[in-house]
Amino acid sequence: MYRVIERRMIVPNLHEFVVEAPEVAGSVQPGNFVIVRPDEAGERVPLSAADWNKDSGTVTSIFMQVGASTAKLARLKPGDAIPTYAGPLGRETEIVNFETVVCIGGCYGIGSIYPIARALKEAGNTVYTILEARSSYLLYWQDRFAELSERVIEITRDGTAGYKGHITRLPEILALEKIKPDRIIVNGCTFQMMKVSEVTRELRIKTMVSMNPIMIDGTGMCGVCRLTVAGRTRFACVDGPDFDGHEIDWHEFLNRRRTYNPEEVHPLRKSGCASHF
Amino acid sequence: MPKQEPFERIKNFDEVALGYTQALAIEEASRCLNCKKPQCREGCPVSINIPAFVKCIVDNDFAGGIKTIKETNALPAVCGRVCPQEEQCEHKCILGRKGEPVSIGRLERFLADWEASKGVIEKPEMAHSNGKKIGIVGSGPAGITVANDLALLGYEVRIFEALHEAGGVLTYGIPEFRLPKAIVKREVEYVKSLGVKLYLDYIVGKTRTVHSMLQEFNAIFIGAGAGLPWFLGIPGENLNGVYSANEYLTRCNLMKGYLFPARDTPMKRPAKVAVIGGGNVAMDSARTALRLGADEAHIIYRRSREELPARVEEVENAEEEGVIFDYLTLPIRLIGNDQGWLSEIECLKMQLDQPDESGRRSPVPVKGSEFRMKIDAAVCAIGNSPNPLIPMTTRGLSVGRKGNIEADEQTGKTSVDRIWAGGDVVTGAATVISAMGAGRKAAKSIHETLSK
Repeated sequence: MYRVIERRMIVPNLHEFVVEAPEVAGSVQPGNFVIVRPDEAGERVPLSAADWNKDSGTVTSIFMQVGASTAKLARLKPGDAIPTYAGPLGRETEIVNFETVVCIGGCYGIGSIYPIARALKEAGNTVYTILEARSSYLLYWQDRFAELSERVIEITRDGTAGYKGHITRLPEILALEKIKPDRIIVNGCTFQMMKVSEVTRELRIKTMVSMNPIMIDGTGMCGVCRLTVAGRTRFACVDGPDFDGHEIDWHEFLNRRRTYNPEEVHPLRKSGCASHF
Repeated sequence: MPKQEPFERIKNFDEVALGYTQALAIEEASRCLNCKKPQCREGCPVSINIPAFVKCIVDNDFAGGIKTIKETNALPAVCGRVCPQEEQCEHKCILGRKGEPVSIGRLERFLADWEASKGVIEKPEMAHSNGKKIGIVGSGPAGITVANDLALLGYEVRIFEALHEAGGVLTYGIPEFRLPKAIVKREVEYVKSLGVKLYLDYIVGKTRTVHSMLQEFNAIFIGAGAGLPWFLGIPGENLNGVYSANEYLTRCNLMKGYLFPARDTPMKRPAKVAVIGGGNVAMDSARTALRLGADEAHIIYRRSREELPARVEEVENAEEEGVIFDYLTLPIRLIGNDQGWLSEIECLKMQLDQPDESGRRSPVPVKGSEFRMKIDAAVCAIGNSPNPLIPMTTRGLSVGRKGNIEADEQTGKTSVDRIWAGGDVVTGAATVISAMGAGRKAAKSIHETLSK
């Protein structure tokens, strides 16, 4: 069993989740993920690592409450124990000195892009951070990014913080801010990563994205996480999760993500709240 | 052997074969001729003393019988159920030349179940601790066999399992109706009772590298299995509704998706399922589909019934349950609807030509024979490569063309000193018993090497 050190809602529907797992903390790298099971009936949920502390043996993730198992995770309290916390899994994000890197985070990806930005800074890069959300109250960790970024740029759909609009304004923002990235790295929802890849293709800037498909084992065994990259079938769990955003078949990926949408909302329909809709 | 009736059993996940009663077991065992030179034992990859345990059953000495088996086999309840005896011990049985061979597998199962029903599991004699530590990667049949053998010889054994339950393919792959998970648990508990420590959710290669483990352990055995599924390489294989058999069976067996929503992992219940392949895994998938409520479960196989690699017993079970066999059929395309969901499969009719290198007649397409069939789900059960995590993360480990770890056939030694390997990670997908045989040889070699 693994002890929960912290679980708190950091912004609406996103939770900061700290678990004691010394062996995972000892070997985790930026870009890795872990597989978590909330209880014996639970799904194996993949969560990207957002921070860790080798001394205290803890690993932090940010997760969004979506289906039955993440709802259980969202009810955990410090001191509770969970049966599975396995990892680190996936290949680590490529960290070298690219010179200028723009890290883009959205949703739970604001968490997982943080250790990437930190490692890039340590590798000598000039790091700019762009954080996107529907509204300012959904942004978090700006102070952490400020410590290691040249600048932290915010984009909100409603304009309550930073630029108003969507990440598709990226080319314009890069021009206004006079940033010439050698590489862009995006951790966020599928839609955000797809949209960034679309606009950076024209800018000819290599764009790496952290793919977030459905998974079961996370070790290459089941193949449910497969996607088409540069015309080839790849497994996100062992070949990724990072891939070149310009090579991904996004249409297929979005379809596959939706496979269990009806089942995912099942607990919501059963919750009693359904009668109020 | 008594079985659940087909119309009954396709509505549940309970075990199909019900096992011998004592009277039936004694009657079957009494058929043994007590050959002077018993051939059956030679047919067993782990050399169980078959004539001795069969004789025990005849003498009503069931305790003696199970003790005899356990001298060389740590997993009798599993092997009695899933070994291909018809190609091994029973194939060599003299009685089989003129009629039915002695049902050795069923007798083995009978003894294991008899012992379990007593509630007291006997342990063989164990050597004193020799202070040497063995690390085992994977808790499938190969790893469990190595753990059993070396624990009995006085080694301190630790097994590292990547998933949250032990047993490897016995747990995630083989369905409940063929091998109840309670039995796998029982056998794993037995090995733990020998002092073997089991670490779950521990991904060797990622949580910790093999080289780092070499600092702690005198020897490492890698039995990580064949965990990378093959797909067909035809258009449409990434449509929604197309599964690897690994995914399909893991959802059902390990994650208990058939109990959704009591369990969180969902499982679709499509009406018309096509399983591609002709091995045991294909049979398991098609029979699982029926139990999940499919109206039609098809097995699409490019050769004919004669060439099916699955055990005859499993093919017969599938036929009884109403699985539809589309022989001499090769899928060439999977077709989706506008939502990205699988809706049709396009196939070619085949005919059999000359035997190929495997000795099976090779199928060749019949020109212009393309046809389409409406389906809701497809399961690819055409095989697996070894799991890539350990080869990817272990320096100096020689790996073959298909990603398999290269190991000596007789000893299991790999290219790296103090690392042994065996089972599907070396051979590619094979059988439970062959993995156990490889584990047995590796354990022997490890003991010899560390005793020098």
